[in-house]
Amino acid sequence: MNDKPTILELRNVNKSFGPIDVLHDISLRVRAGEVLCLLGDNGAGKSTLIKTLAGVHKPTSGQILMDSQPVTFTGPSDAQGRGIATVHQFGGTFPLMSIGRSFFVGVEPTKGWGPFKIYDRKRANEIAVKAVRDFGITRIDDGDRLVGGLSGGERQSLAIARAVYFGARVLILDEPTAALGVKQASHVLRIVNEAKRRGLAVVFITHQVMHAMAVGDHFAVLIRGAIAADFRKGEKSREEITDLMAGGETMSDLEVQVEGYMETHEGHPPSLQVLKGPTAH
Amino acid sequence: MIDVVKSLLRRPDAGSILSLVGVVLFFVLFGGANLVTLVGAASWVNFAANLGIVAIPVGLLMIAGELDISIGALIPAGSMTTAILTGYYGLPITVGIAGALAVGIAVGLVNGLLTIRTSVPSLIITLATLVAMQGVVLSASVLLTGSASVALTAPDWAKFLFGQLIGGSHQVIIVWWLAFAAIIGFVLHKTRYGNWLFAMGGDKVSARNAGIPTDRMTIALFVLSAVSATFVGICQAILFNSAQVSGGMNFIFNAIVSVVVGGVLLTGGFGSVLGIFVGTITFAIVSQGIYFTQIDRNWSNLIIGVMLLLAVLMNQSFRDLALYFRPRHKQGPPREPANP
Repeated sequence: MNDKPTILELRNVNKSFGPIDVLHDISLRVRAGEVLCLLGDNGAGKSTLIKTLAGVHKPTSGQILMDSQPVTFTGPSDAQGRGIATVHQFGGTFPLMSIGRSFFVGVEPTKGWGPFKIYDRKRANEIAVKAVRDFGITRIDDGDRLVGGLSGGERQSLAIARAVYFGARVLILDEPTAALGVKQASHVLRIVNEAKRRGLAVVFITHQVMHAMAVGDHFAVLIRGAIAADFRKGEKSREEITDLMAGGETMSDLEVQVEGYMETHEGHPPSLQVLKGPTAH
Repeated sequence: MIDVVKSLLRRPDAGSILSLVGVVLFFVLFGGANLVTLVGAASWVNFAANLGIVAIPVGLLMIAGELDISIGALIPAGSMTTAILTGYYGLPITVGIAGALAVGIAVGLVNGLLTIRTSVPSLIITLATLVAMQGVVLSASVLLTGSASVALTAPDWAKFLFGQLIGGSHQVIIVWWLAFAAIIGFVLHKTRYGNWLFAMGGDKVSARNAGIPTDRMTIALFVLSAVSATFVGICQAILFNSAQVSGGMNFIFNAIVSVVVGGVLLTGGFGSVLGIFVGTITFAIVSQGIYFTQIDRNWSNLIIGVMLLLAVLMNQSFRDLALYFRPRHKQGPPREPANP
């Protein structure tokens, strides 16, 4: 299973913003045809990490390797040009544009010549609709529909299909299922599996362990900017992962603590300080 | 038939067309206006053309998520520059026109650069340049000519191009307006640049990430609106053979009302040139066509206010119609029942 080629690799990457260290010694491999799930609570450094992968931030120290060659991204467009695509939580960001138009924003197909080069609406619509349908979203069949009228899952799927169409090799999905219902989320997960089947390297950011376990091959848990655990599919149970994300403290321990506090305090729940002690966030 | 109507209603310009029909009907049925006289009248067409040349670039900026109100000062700036250079200093009219357009380009560049370099909303930036340009125009005029109004005489060819009265009543600027609307309509709806504008208004950051030169587009739009405003000023100076430092302020709100009635979304990302065009005509008919009715002229602003509200409400529901539209399957592709 580990023989799949590594596309993107981080080696001992540190990132600080001024005096604040956000990422500590991160080493990660993203392999073709695999889904790497990046788990972590809010503020664990997930977004800094993906922004580093996507070329928004430069590491303070450490190396990024692409196809085993050290690279330095000059910016997000450089990373995009090398095939690293990021799809954000709300997918289609142009709600009032048609599917065809938003699919080709910035790279519109045209016909004609000189000053009369016109946007080729028919071709754009055909390609866009085909690209999404190939991912199994058969409900999208008219490229003139507005993106804002699609469901959340359909929008995510459209964004992923778009990234794949434009030659993405690494797909960074930033909490794609966070705002979705159960049905919608399963939809997106299916698309993730399809992208994996096509040999893309997928980085899947989430704090929903169930979603991660449904598609992930490889898991990394971030706690306060460091990788607290790095394991492969099947090596840990769901409870273990949830506990890790909560900061090592097991959920059942917390429950016992809360109950004990309420008994001695006339049924009032404890404040966070009492529970965990003065922790720095 | 119903499908045709429905597909018309999903267009961004549907609200403006209904507003126009509504206003004309109201004038004919309740104001006793004669439809033929109303349509044949030059006054509202002239008004619409002057307003329309400014409203179109203001609408483009609104689609791209920006606003430009400095046009109010640039109309007198354009006419005064032409009049001072040509009428007062006796330079050729070409120099006067070039000077006025240069003023437009300069102010447009300032507006655009400030908008992309700072995080200040363009409404505030152009409010500042509006007030500043009023001051510049007034003091420059008094300083250079000792007066707030300057006369000029334009040669025949310039009169023909910019200040002619076609048939003795219709200003030649109507032709410019039609041509301008046609060109911008083509660019906005048929070329990739139009797509870039809608994307910028939808989400500027994503548009930039998609490789759209948002900064250059923003600057170009501000230059276009400033130059259009000075162009209207040039035409007015040549038509009336004189220019005053005052005037132009009405254009700000008139243009914004026309654009909004025309179905452009105030927050950007949605609209059409046809809508702006029809919105301008509607506005012009309300404010000028009222003279052809028995309704007292003083009521026209009330009508405009009510119309604006109605149009915005209509546009809102039509936009929702467009947003949640799904074509019915005729025979077509298999559907998965479980898909949400």
